[in-house]
Amino acid sequence: MPVETQMSPRFGEFGGRYIPETLVAAHDELEIAYMEAIADPSFHEQLVALHRDYVGRPTPLYLAERLTRECGGARIWLKREDLAHTGAHKINNALGQALLAKRIGKPRIIAETGAGQHGVATATVCAMLDLECVVYMGSEDIRRQSLNAFRMKMLGATLVPVDSGSRTLKDAINEAMRDWVTNVRTTHYIIGSAIGPHPFPTIVRDFQSVIGREARAQMLDQAGKLPDVAVACVGGGSNAIGLFHPFIDDPVRLVGVEAGGEGIGSGRHSATLVGGRPGVLHGTRTYLLQDPNGQILETHSISAGLDYPGVGPEHSWLKTSERAEYVAVDDRQALEGFQRLSQAEGIIPALEPSHAIYHAMKVAAQLPPDQDILIGLSGRGDKDMHTVAAALGVTL
Amino acid sequence: MSELLRERFAAGKAEGRPLFIGYLTAGYPTRADTVDALLGMEAGGADVLELGVPFSDPMADGATVQGANQVALEQGISLADCVQLVREARAAGLAAPVVLMGYYNPILSYGEARLARDAAAAGVDGFIVVDLPPEEATNFVANCRSHGLSFVPLVAPTTRDERIGILAGVADSFLYCVSVTGTTGKGNVVLDDLPEFIRRIRAQTTLPLAVGFGISTRANVEAVGKLADAAVVGSAIISAIASAAPERRAERVREFVEDVSGHKRAGGPGSAS
Repeated sequence: MPVETQMSPRFGEFGGRYIPETLVAAHDELEIAYMEAIADPSFHEQLVALHRDYVGRPTPLYLAERLTRECGGARIWLKREDLAHTGAHKINNALGQALLAKRIGKPRIIAETGAGQHGVATATVCAMLDLECVVYMGSEDIRRQSLNAFRMKMLGATLVPVDSGSRTLKDAINEAMRDWVTNVRTTHYIIGSAIGPHPFPTIVRDFQSVIGREARAQMLDQAGKLPDVAVACVGGGSNAIGLFHPFIDDPVRLVGVEAGGEGIGSGRHSATLVGGRPGVLHGTRTYLLQDPNGQILETHSISAGLDYPGVGPEHSWLKTSERAEYVAVDDRQALEGFQRLSQAEGIIPALEPSHAIYHAMKVAAQLPPDQDILIGLSGRGDKDMHTVAAALGVTL
Repeated sequence: MSELLRERFAAGKAEGRPLFIGYLTAGYPTRADTVDALLGMEAGGADVLELGVPFSDPMADGATVQGANQVALEQGISLADCVQLVREARAAGLAAPVVLMGYYNPILSYGEARLARDAAAAGVDGFIVVDLPPEEATNFVANCRSHGLSFVPLVAPTTRDERIGILAGVADSFLYCVSVTGTTGKGNVVLDDLPEFIRRIRAQTTLPLAVGFGISTRANVEAVGKLADAAVVGSAIISAIASAAPERRAERVREFVEDVSGHKRAGGPGSAS
């Protein structure tokens, strides 16, 4: 029996469903399937079992004592999504949506990917669940993330290079949308961040909220209190919304860190909430980097995973409602965060959360030692070795 | 509602012939070609013209229209330019109704109320906005209505029966029926499913129906004309203009539209050849 539509399509004035008519039925179907799934105890049991046995959840909460001492202020805690299977938080969403696709009965999965982490996660769960998998990836990103591109092929996925536009994440999303418009009857699109038309931002947020739910319980258990500040990087913003959401009603300061690229003043960045204005892209009303005529701008970041001119609509709402604050950290600062965490703790972060690490270090230094900062360490940095080496002038 | 659009469809019905709708991306291949190309389409027999508003991320378009959008954007063609091009085409004698077709963000950026006012003043007759379903279009539809402009909803093969009535309820001149699940410009569409699709829509509305996406040949246009009130050709016109020498572009558009539409008319800059 179909469930009554009751999910809200908007976050304040943001969100909604700005899509070609061909895709309307698929979004209605997805919304109903999702509401049925979350009302079904067997879906929860399946998800919990796979989280435990396949993904390796709960991921640890780690007190970074050396980094804390170096910064000389608040205690720094890391939520270790880098230790989840495939090395990033992306698997939480990919797994949940792939199980949904199975319920709907769609045998073919498409996905877009920027850094390749979402593509790898999607290819991984498709292998495990016996689903056909096609991943769209900008050719510039394939160049930057050749290791992840190869991983997807090894997992049995078809990787389709995208040569249009800036050849990065936004163009991969356009191409995935074109595939979906064509093959919607057999295909589910596992969008990789908390972006896109309703109900995707809500579904992705819910599947990623396992990060914040675990971290909240772990903070209470290990620190005996909630964090004072939670910090996460924001591209599309799925790891950030997953970390933030369970703390929304708590007295916890929420800080999203965007990619400042070569600096906000340079115009070469990806800091949508810091430097953009509201518009409509990829099916949702949200902050965008756009020119005065409403054309979407090309973005720049050292991290492929943050290189996106939009942002999840719930973040736009958290910004305008002032529940969260958003800042930008540039490429050079992110590299500093990357090296500081690697050398202080023996944990090599991905370049995406390196932005959050840099900002959290600055915040920690200004807070007293009895306060606690929680960082969403969304992924590990193996994939970024070539990029970091090049940025540091080292030839591998 | 656009009176001009309503009259055109009524005339087609009275004459018992399907209309031909031609699409061209504004500013393709250059800004200077657009007005003459519009006049060429009309001279070649196009009853209604769609002028594509370039957008950086045309997610429902295939390679041909994507490429045309890119070329137009490289010349800085904006929505304001599109409105101005229609104004210039009217001044040059263009009589056919013109519908601007594109994506929502440039409209939102321009300002919905200001756009409706400026477009109506320039001689635009309506809008097709690919990523603006009626649920999100309340404000824009109201602005169109108050300036005598038509908002043309799209209907897709995946649209369920109960939704067709909602889409028809928003329409005031015609419905744009997407022939296939897919992007524009795939060419030589398989029309096997079209009769049933059109039957489902006819069951809910008496509004004229235009069919587009994948229609590129005279045979396609004839087949669609037996079922619907109008056929839309887009990517094939872009390909035709792309293949012409720079000084022959408008003439080539007229020739191509003459061939594919199957009916000739007098007038326009290309007719002297």
